[in-house]
Amino acid sequence: MKVKVLSRNPDDYVRETKHDIQRVPRNYDPTLHPFEVGREYTRALNATKLERVLAKPFLASLDGHRDGVNCMAKHTTSLSTLLSGSCDGEVKVWNLTKRECVRTLQAHEGFVRAMVVRYCGTSFFTVGDDKTIKQWKMEAPGYGEEEEPLNTILGKTVFTGLDHHRKEGVFATCGQQVDIWDEQRSTPIRSFSWGVDSFSSVRFNPVETELLGSCASDRSIVLYDMRESAPLKKVIMTMRTNTLCWNPMEAFYFTCANEDYNLYTYDMRYLEKPITVHMDHVSAVLDVDYSPTGEEFVSASFDKTIRIFPKSGGHSREVYHTKRMQHVICVKWSADNKYILSGSDEMNIRLWKAKAAEKLGVVSTREKEAINYNEKLKEKFQHHPQIRRIARHRHLPKNVHRQSKELRIMKEARRRKEINVRKHSKAGTVPVVSEKEKHVVTVVK
Amino acid sequence: MAGTGKKKSSEQKPSPKQNQDPRGGFGEEEEKAGGWTDEEDGQDDEEEGQDDEENRQDDEEDRQDDEEDGQDDEENRQDDEENRQDDEEDRQDDEDDEEEGQDDEEDGQDDRRRSRLLEAISALGRRRKKPLAERSEAAGGMSEFAVGAEGGSGRMELSDLIRTIQREPGVTAQNRKQLRELQRSRRTAECPLSRQDSDRIQRDLAFQKAATAVGRWASTITQNRRAQQLVFPLNQEPSGPRPVEQVAMGWKAQTPLEQEVFAVLSANKQPINDPVLTPGEEASLRAMNLEDAKVRRAELQKARALQSYYEAKARRERKIKSKKYHKVQNKSKRKDFLKRFDEMVKSDPAAALEELNQMELARMQERMSLKHQNSGKWAKSKAIMAKYDEEARRAMQQQLEVNKDLTQKVATSLDQEEQEQQQQEEEKEGAADTEKLPEFVNDAEKGPVPNPWMRGTLSEEPTEKETGGGVEEEDKETGPTGGEEEEEEEEEEEREEEAALLREFDNKRKLRQEARTAAGALVEEEEQEEEVEEELSEFTKRFQETASSQKETEAAGEAASAQLEEGLMRIQTMEDLELLPQDDLVPPPAAERPPAAERPPPEGQLPLRSRKRKRKGIELKEVLTRETRAIRPPLCPTVADPEDLEDTVDQRRLIREAFAGDDVISDFLKDKRKQENSGQPKTVDLTLPGWGEWGGVNIQPSKAKRRRFRLSTAAPPPRSDRHLPSVIISEQRNSSLSLHQVNSLPFPFQNQVQFQSCIRSPLGRTWNTERTVKKVTKPRVLTQLGAVIQPMAEEDLQRSVEKGSRPESRRKL
Repeated sequence: MKVKVLSRNPDDYVRETKHDIQRVPRNYDPTLHPFEVGREYTRALNATKLERVLAKPFLASLDGHRDGVNCMAKHTTSLSTLLSGSCDGEVKVWNLTKRECVRTLQAHEGFVRAMVVRYCGTSFFTVGDDKTIKQWKMEAPGYGEEEEPLNTILGKTVFTGLDHHRKEGVFATCGQQVDIWDEQRSTPIRSFSWGVDSFSSVRFNPVETELLGSCASDRSIVLYDMRESAPLKKVIMTMRTNTLCWNPMEAFYFTCANEDYNLYTYDMRYLEKPITVHMDHVSAVLDVDYSPTGEEFVSASFDKTIRIFPKSGGHSREVYHTKRMQHVICVKWSADNKYILSGSDEMNIRLWKAKAAEKLGVVSTREKEAINYNEKLKEKFQHHPQIRRIARHRHLPKNVHRQSKELRIMKEARRRKEINVRKHSKAGTVPVVSEKEKHVVTVVK
Repeated sequence: MAGTGKKKSSEQKPSPKQNQDPRGGFGEEEEKAGGWTDEEDGQDDEEEGQDDEENRQDDEEDRQDDEEDGQDDEENRQDDEENRQDDEEDRQDDEDDEEEGQDDEEDGQDDRRRSRLLEAISALGRRRKKPLAERSEAAGGMSEFAVGAEGGSGRMELSDLIRTIQREPGVTAQNRKQLRELQRSRRTAECPLSRQDSDRIQRDLAFQKAATAVGRWASTITQNRRAQQLVFPLNQEPSGPRPVEQVAMGWKAQTPLEQEVFAVLSANKQPINDPVLTPGEEASLRAMNLEDAKVRRAELQKARALQSYYEAKARRERKIKSKKYHKVQNKSKRKDFLKRFDEMVKSDPAAALEELNQMELARMQERMSLKHQNSGKWAKSKAIMAKYDEEARRAMQQQLEVNKDLTQKVATSLDQEEQEQQQQEEEKEGAADTEKLPEFVNDAEKGPVPNPWMRGTLSEEPTEKETGGGVEEEDKETGPTGGEEEEEEEEEEEREEEAALLREFDNKRKLRQEARTAAGALVEEEEQEEEVEEELSEFTKRFQETASSQKETEAAGEAASAQLEEGLMRIQTMEDLELLPQDDLVPPPAAERPPAAERPPPEGQLPLRSRKRKRKGIELKEVLTRETRAIRPPLCPTVADPEDLEDTVDQRRLIREAFAGDDVISDFLKDKRKQENSGQPKTVDLTLPGWGEWGGVNIQPSKAKRRRFRLSTAAPPPRSDRHLPSVIISEQRNSSLSLHQVNSLPFPFQNQVQFQSCIRSPLGRTWNTERTVKKVTKPRVLTQLGAVIQPMAEEDLQRSVEKGSRPESRRKL
């Protein structure tokens, strides 16, 4: 007589409290779980597809400007505040959580060329086409008060760029020359000029705070040290650089947006050739901004798209565009590494997610774990052709697509021709010039 | 000719002295009229410092040039000096003395004189005019570069010029000394760089400085790039409550009341920020002598050690569970007390009387109280247990003993007491106070014993082995015992079984009784016992039945084996399946079973008829090329596992049903053969009848031709499944699969093995433990929701440097 009884130890299945999750006994014997590669591959494929399905990066459009948005500034301490200046001299302060404009002021006659928030976040500076630098309070004026700048500095020439020191009351402007200003004085404490050219942008290095970089109209990028009386070095490229941005986590790297559709990342110690050439845009790149983690940067282009590049990747990992977005003039990456803001010609500021398929808001622990696992799976199987194909597929506007194809053909033709020339000329007369070296004309000491 | 050349050049290039002469044209003329000599120059030295210095510079430059030419020989110089002296004399003469000069030269000089005159005249009218840069030569051989240029080989040195100083009495010693020093030093001031060059150098230096300053970050950057995980913001403050000091530091007194309190506190030097010590305390601490402190510390240490020792001892003693030990202890205490009491009687009768009174009082109290009367909660619970538990019984006895002790008259002597105690101990076994004990305390021994199960082994506590391994025992006993032929053994086992079962029931009952506290348990207990008895009797009946059935099966012999096949044959419909378990619940009597002849024999010995019937289904023997290994079930099935048999029977039947229509294995074999044939090389016959031969209706092409045009390809490599009869391995490339495969080695990997091992190691929690999964799926960059990430700052650099300098700590992380 055999009596079959299920006997279990209650310790194995009884929870201590009802809030504990049910214990699931597991057996990790690999023979019980066969086909691990195949199963994980399927999971990776599904994760990749899901990512594409859930990729909806566009969050909001902030409209209210009456002319193209020419410049933007992030608030240094508040994540929800954004400032923008337009081509009609108007400055707007936005609340991003409410997605509404909280303050409007007529700052300049003509363009607002550049703006920057002071490091403490209590005031901000603007420069405009009316040859003035103005400092404004961050808070809106009280009832009955007039909207007036705290300080106004009248300059001799138009200022085109502006940036503030990260720790001190010092800011830099550029125009005919690069000036360093003390906030307390109405004349620059230092002026740098090297030849006669006009500068389009100037940026302080956020890490090594005394260093600056600027882009000049003579196709050069010039580096300065605020403490020295003369500029440091300049590199001349084949085409003009529009903007540059320093990596906030890696002191000596900066990326510049060029007119030749490319972006170049330089090590400031070795300007002879860029570290990486980032290609993908099909028109002039107008603005670039690093993510606060320094891992990626976003670029805005005249081809009506925004692209996100990994800091050391030659091609973009993401491209954002909408039907109504025109030439993107300025772009910013929010300080919490979650959002991207773009200001474009057609008077709108757009809010995007930095990771297109990311779930916003608070995520539960288990969800987070699942997301992490999926990310790792995608990373593990990223080289498999089907997964790569799905992960890389993006819809592009027709003209961008056509143009990129055209560019590819042109590039291929040039390459072919160079090879042919080399083949039919004396050995050594036509040297191989790498893509990185091609775009640098010279370095001037 | 060289002289003329030099002269021309001198004319074209005005000397710097003339150029920068601050004096008017007149002065210059005077000088020229007076005859310009080096000696004069030397004399004028102090008055016209500027001019002279420039002059000297010129001279030195000349000298440098000469040196570069390499005409530096000392011997030559001496000769030159003589020549030069001559020259000087000559030069001191009037200009007109130079008639040896060539004609055209004279003409030129005339012209110059004239023009100079004209200039002088014209200058008279103006106030002051800067003289034109022109140089007039005292001698034709005079040159800007060398005074004694006439000879061509002459070279001028400062020593030549100032030699006359030695002779001149007017020159002061100081000047001479200065000149000598000047002569000795050969250094020349370098000409300043051009502005562009100096700027470039400045820039370069500044750049180098900036580059090295920026280079400090290199190690931090590489560290971050290699990091497994980066958490942003970088300089996060540790979560949780901050220390009180920090909070207090940040706080400021704002309201007047707070300010007042603060003022009082600060006036009394109370601690505001650090709440640990007041300034006074700190001062006293500081004032303490070192030796004092040492002594005090030693004392403290000793005291602490003693205290801990006594504590440990007390704890140890308290922990001792032995009742005997405590009894002995108590006894010794009592003895001590008595001794003291005796002494007291002698020494201090009053105190002894007091003691006696107290003891009497205690006795009275004890008699009054219900303490130690076995009437408390504990005693009651013990009373329930006492029936079966020796310990409980003993405890109750002890209680009573204590009671007796306490209620006894103290007047008795020590010996008597002991005797009495001994008596009590003896009586303890015999249950002296029966009237106070519940009746059932001693039931096990002297009860009426109505229950046969309560006797003998049953009442005693079963050993651990028996209780713990009870199930196993059962398994063993009831499990399939193939060699269960001897009846004796069987009976023994049965008895054992019964005994074990009964013991179990007994245990259960005990437990139940323990759970119950009420007094009414007694009645129920009896009832339950009865019930149990009934159950047991049922069980024993069953066992007897099964035993008898076993005997029968043994007797049946082959018939039993037929019973196996019965299932196979009979059960063909679902109704039959349902009927099956019902039959099995109570094994049917042997008489009811169908005769053995009707039942088909086991698989190995299937009768012909059944084979015919089975022909529809899969016939392993026919289909498989290899012989199946015959599995012989035990000939005589045990009664213990009818369910197992039933299972296997079910399985087979189910499989048969599932594959009723198709002959899978033969299909498979056919498939395989086809695959093999398709892989075989085929000979292609390319002969065309009629070509090069006669053609016609019944004419075959010649053998030679056929041999020639019959093409046979080489045999393919042997198939990899040729030794595996039940497997087909296809060696063709599967295009649908290759669509998903990586066809080139991706970038970071250096060889195929690396890549494969990376792909082969799973990440999910199906294959890994929770901790591993967490570790493996950790994201590289972690950001905090809603936190502003500041750029890297100087502190981060320092932190990373510290981290880098401690590699062992990093390894730990």
